Amino acid sequence: MSYKKVLLHGLWQDLPPFRLVLGLCPALAVTASIENGLGMGLAATFVLIFSNMLISMLRNIIPDQVRIACFIVLIATLVVIVEMVMKAYFFPLSQQLGIYIPLIVVNCIILGRAEAFASRNPVLLSMADGLSIGIGFTLSLSLVGSIREILGAGTWFGIPLFGSNFEPFEFMIKAPGAFLCLGILLGLMNAYSRKRGESIIQT
Amino acid sequence: MDLLLLAIGAIFVNNILLAQYLGNCPFCGVSKKLSTSVGMGLAVIFVATLASIFTWFAYHYILKPYNMEFIRTLAFILIIAALVQFVEIFLKKQSKTLFNALGIYLPLITTNCAVMGITLLNIKYEFNFIEVIVFSAASAAGFTIAIILFAGLRERLIIAPVPKAMQGTAIALVTAGIMSMAFLGFTGMVK
Repeated sequence: MSYKKVLLHGLWQDLPPFRLVLGLCPALAVTASIENGLGMGLAATFVLIFSNMLISMLRNIIPDQVRIACFIVLIATLVVIVEMVMKAYFFPLSQQLGIYIPLIVVNCIILGRAEAFASRNPVLLSMADGLSIGIGFTLSLSLVGSIREILGAGTWFGIPLFGSNFEPFEFMIKAPGAFLCLGILLGLMNAYSRKRGESIIQT
Repeated sequence: MDLLLLAIGAIFVNNILLAQYLGNCPFCGVSKKLSTSVGMGLAVIFVATLASIFTWFAYHYILKPYNMEFIRTLAFILIIAALVQFVEIFLKKQSKTLFNALGIYLPLITTNCAVMGITLLNIKYEFNFIEVIVFSAASAAGFTIAIILFAGLRERLIIAPVPKAMQGTAIALVTAGIMSMAFLGFTGMVK
């Protein structure tokens, strides 16, 4: 596989959480505003790149039967680092993301990439895969966050966009809005792919 | 009375799936058939309650006295993974029927955010031991109720005339949104 292909596949072909229907929990939970979505996306990207790197380095040493447990320990260690860094330098954001930061451990995207890609590919290629999937995830989360924040609160990055007469749809920042927004975006993506005749439609 | 309110709150008002968004991967993944979702739900109740008890003891009697709270995430996931492995071996030896019913769902539970989420919420809300048992069992029961209801809806969706672009996961997410709207109606019932 070429670097170009690996670097690009996370941006459309395997875009999480739409094409790879993994990592839905953070995609739904922390996207009430773009700031939270972006923060979660970047934290997950960091973990993805380095977990792919470590797992790819150790892929010939880790025995096959206990690989999942080993992957989880490696990922958890990285998540602990992220947790501590965020508490030290981005305290308000870490308070807002709350339990969803430690929950990056059980984000299926990270374990999924470790199992499907990093455990059978060389180090640099695996890091490229982590970067690509991570950027895709960050972009998706920012998009969903923007839509929900603009409609649900009338602001973007906390800046009011509409005049004082705007009545925000509070529905969008509550739980049902998250599910509906993600579902409709996925539907639009499928419609576009269908029009272009791509064979990667999610069913 | 307080415990009853806590249980009702955890099942309906703050439903772990539809209001706290935890455990959505199995929610979309194994909810295509009613029978598999029942199995998954029961396995989650079993593991979440046990995991909560163990992690609560580990946090309050090991991590806290030695000021090692920062290692919480690592410790909890290890406890959950070891517990799932142990339960699997134990069930295989002791109860064939239960193992056949829950068996294939157990490995999936290690990476189920609902289980990990419940154990973290126990710490966040500073529950005592009895409250931990009630809250974790009730939250997992809420997960089971939601996933069983959703599986019933999805079985009907297969025969429904859905627009081509919305088929599959897209319509499932929209359905989950409508269900979540129904659960939003419970808000304010319990503080």
